[in-house]
Amino acid sequence: MEAVAIPPFERFYGQHAAEVLGYLRRLLGQRAEDAWQETFLRALRAYDRLEHGRHLRAWVFTIATRVAMDDLRAGNRVLLVEDVDVEATETGRPVYAELEHLTGDLPPKERAAVVLRYGYDLPYDQIGAALGSSEEAARAAASSGVRRLRRRLSAPTSGRAGSARASVCDSDQEPS
Amino acid sequence: MLTPELDARFRAAALAEGLVDVRYDVAESPVGELFLASTDRGLCRISYRVEGQEEELARTYGVRVLRMPLDSVRRELDEYFEGHRREFDLSLDLRVAPFHEAVLHELARVPYGRTETYGTLAAKVGRPRAARAVGTVMNRNPLPIVLPCHRIVGANGSLTGYAGGLHVKRALLELEGAMLPS
Repeated sequence: MEAVAIPPFERFYGQHAAEVLGYLRRLLGQRAEDAWQETFLRALRAYDRLEHGRHLRAWVFTIATRVAMDDLRAGNRVLLVEDVDVEATETGRPVYAELEHLTGDLPPKERAAVVLRYGYDLPYDQIGAALGSSEEAARAAASSGVRRLRRRLSAPTSGRAGSARASVCDSDQEPS
Repeated sequence: MLTPELDARFRAAALAEGLVDVRYDVAESPVGELFLASTDRGLCRISYRVEGQEEELARTYGVRVLRMPLDSVRRELDEYFEGHRREFDLSLDLRVAPFHEAVLHELARVPYGRTETYGTLAAKVGRPRAARAVGTVMNRNPLPIVLPCHRIVGANGSLTGYAGGLHVKRALLELEGAMLPS
């Protein structure tokens, strides 16, 4: 396979910093900033040991997902303050903007799988790598997450939020 | 949104943790934009060309290249261009030019406001016939302005050449009073 040079870190950072911050906001809400810094410090610590410059986007999403999962596994509660309009304009993904404030109370793995698949277009093999599981498990987590969302949307009490809404949920509690 | 504060906090943390191979900055100057780079050993690059320099740095010093304000370098350059500074007081990283070090050290001692010929500089490093080789070293000077290759001229006083263009060489010599304004 053709070797792809590792770009200077500044270029890599410029390409992915904002996008990864958006991703972590979706997973961790207000705690995203510390996780974001930790993600890029981890990336920088490993950067000079990379063997090639392929799949760097998937790589940094993997690191971000691990940082977020560590945070969520520590039993931290997620406080989501939605900022849908701004994010939607930035990413130019209005469809996804509809999704994003709904994924807040999915179990962490399902949330990450749904967001990576539908928000960031990552293929399932790369989502599997990010979640530390197989491609099949990633696909299953995403579709289970989507099913859960559908059920919630069709339920009459579903909290379809408009603008700013804060929702608090316990991260390691399975929704009924 | 990635705020400037968050961005600056990350860069500071990266530097504090010793994770940066080389940092760079782009400064405005009276002779155009200058690309500046520094390692933990000292200033390693000044270039009149700004584009594509990050790749060059990555190849030479390592891929952990980050943009960061180089305040002390900017300050000394500003003072130089304002005519308030005649010598630079910066630590230098010349590892990119190990074979040129003797010539560059001699170059650093050519005083402000004076010119010397390629031949005399060659003689000072003990190779009086190597004027042409000295020209090559000037041509590849990693730290123009700070290592004053603009003060080196042809035997007949002609400016011969300069990385930033002859008009820049002339401007620097005029600034230093080594040449009358044209």
